[in-house]
Amino acid sequence: MSDRTLAPLGRRLCPVVAHARHGAYDVVSVLDEGPAPDPGQFYMLAASERWGGGADERPFLPRAFSVLRRHEDGRLDFLFEDVGPGTRRLCELRAGDGLWLLGPLGIGFRRPEVGRRPLLVGGGVGIAPLAIWQDTLGADAQVLLGFRDARHAAGAGLLRDARVATDDGSVGHHGLVTDLLREELDGSCVVYACGPPPMLEAVRARCESAGVPAQLALESGMACGFGACFGCVVPTRSGYVRLCVDGPVLDAADLELVA
Amino acid sequence: MTPDQRPSRPGTPLSGGPRDQFLGLELAHPIINASGTFDAIAARRAFGDALLARFPFAAFVSKTVTLEPRQGNPPPRLWELAGGMINSIGLPNQGLAGYLEHDLPQLAELPVPLIVNVMGFTRGQVGELVAAFAEHEEVAALELNVSCPNVETGMIMGADPRETAALVAHVRPLTRKPLIVKLTPNCTSPGDVAAAAEAEGADAVSLINTLRGMAFDPRRPGIPWLGGGTGGVSGPAVRAVALAQVAEVRARVEVPIVGMGGVQNGRQARDMLHAGADIVAVGTESFRDPMAGARVAAELAESLAYSGIAPGPHGSRREPIAHNA
Repeated sequence: MSDRTLAPLGRRLCPVVAHARHGAYDVVSVLDEGPAPDPGQFYMLAASERWGGGADERPFLPRAFSVLRRHEDGRLDFLFEDVGPGTRRLCELRAGDGLWLLGPLGIGFRRPEVGRRPLLVGGGVGIAPLAIWQDTLGADAQVLLGFRDARHAAGAGLLRDARVATDDGSVGHHGLVTDLLREELDGSCVVYACGPPPMLEAVRARCESAGVPAQLALESGMACGFGACFGCVVPTRSGYVRLCVDGPVLDAADLELVA
Repeated sequence: MTPDQRPSRPGTPLSGGPRDQFLGLELAHPIINASGTFDAIAARRAFGDALLARFPFAAFVSKTVTLEPRQGNPPPRLWELAGGMINSIGLPNQGLAGYLEHDLPQLAELPVPLIVNVMGFTRGQVGELVAAFAEHEEVAALELNVSCPNVETGMIMGADPRETAALVAHVRPLTRKPLIVKLTPNCTSPGDVAAAAEAEGADAVSLINTLRGMAFDPRRPGIPWLGGGTGGVSGPAVRAVALAQVAEVRARVEVPIVGMGGVQNGRQARDMLHAGADIVAVGTESFRDPMAGARVAAELAESLAYSGIAPGPHGSRREPIAHNA
């Protein structure tokens, strides 16, 4: 019995079927015939054109992305924010383009123990795996999201009934998503979080002092996604682990600090 | 054991036979992996037993094993650059005892011959590692990673012909298994080093290892990006260097050559054979696609059939296929 949904061996070329803007973010949908991913699992993505070997020098390596949402017909949605040559290329994808896809990879979120109330905490583009997790958990899951400004907070519409915080106060609570966490957290919770490292560290520290279990979906630069390159390690209490095969979701208790 | 008890060198060039010979091993095709660019155990966790059914390489070279366990370098460990990447991984591994207990039994289940890559910080350490694998039947050959300093002399073992010769002379009597010396491109003359390795009984050489490189943090000017300070450049960016070094080494040695460096497709693998390699290793391209090895092998077969050049040992002496039909 495997601890994850296995990936078909080899990357596959999938057609892009839709593109939509959500404020600062792009959502790209591809039609995939692979297995349904576990929430929190990720894929290695590379555009079929102008990606390694083309006229452009970069991107060269594929990029790792958690899946935002899976539809019944096999469509997978990915959430991108243009922050560099790889994400820029992915944001440009439109219906009719091709996307190389390898996955689903890694270990996703584990279900809450019976009686524990799931609290989903996301920041920025890190809200992606929380959407598919909310789809799975249903109405029991409470969602808290933090963004820089209103343009980014438009991403909150990708999840249902989220409480929102923004750095500039333009939408929802003026402050950090961890302020909302402080209000909502109690001893019966289990926290699932994904976002920038300072946010994850604040969540980890908060949950530790409250004695609440937490699962953190981490990010790291990754060349391969299947354990080959050893590039994506993060320090844990038991030494370095590869996020791609031992994560990307780790128990907060295994981490001393999210750096 | 004496050198004449070693397995015999590979035979004459194949004339269009279905299989390739390398160090007496029957290979289904001439593509293997570069050490440290594919972890068959982790890949089996990700892809399941499909990996065994469709294993992408004709032989598997495992990641460098050292005597003691190593954590590896602090992150960040990767930097993407124009046509490739720099890695600063630092050879994390469980050490010899951990490898023998955990890795070797799993790697023995692979459907292809296993080549174990070893590295030590003294000749004595390399000797211990070589001797430890001498009686393990599941190990088909050993590859010596000589891209590290000998802490007793301060010299990079593979950067100086005398240093390399002394190392190979020390370990040669310790095993009957074929010994492959993995040459470093970070030296004055890979040809001299290869010739020294051959003279002391190396059965093959493999090249190139990564070229030393460096990158700076774009957000913190002057601060090196990689946790290890510098790292190794790989990918298509190094292919031209690899071709030239393989050709240089081919001119100096008779033993088989494993050619590698930025090979992404069959045509580039064919170029590597033309430069003088007997078989070709795929490295960084496997990061982009785990089945790259199988794809390159298929493209190479097509490319060779088209060009009328048969793959086989000793690239410089390869005979054209006779087209009688």
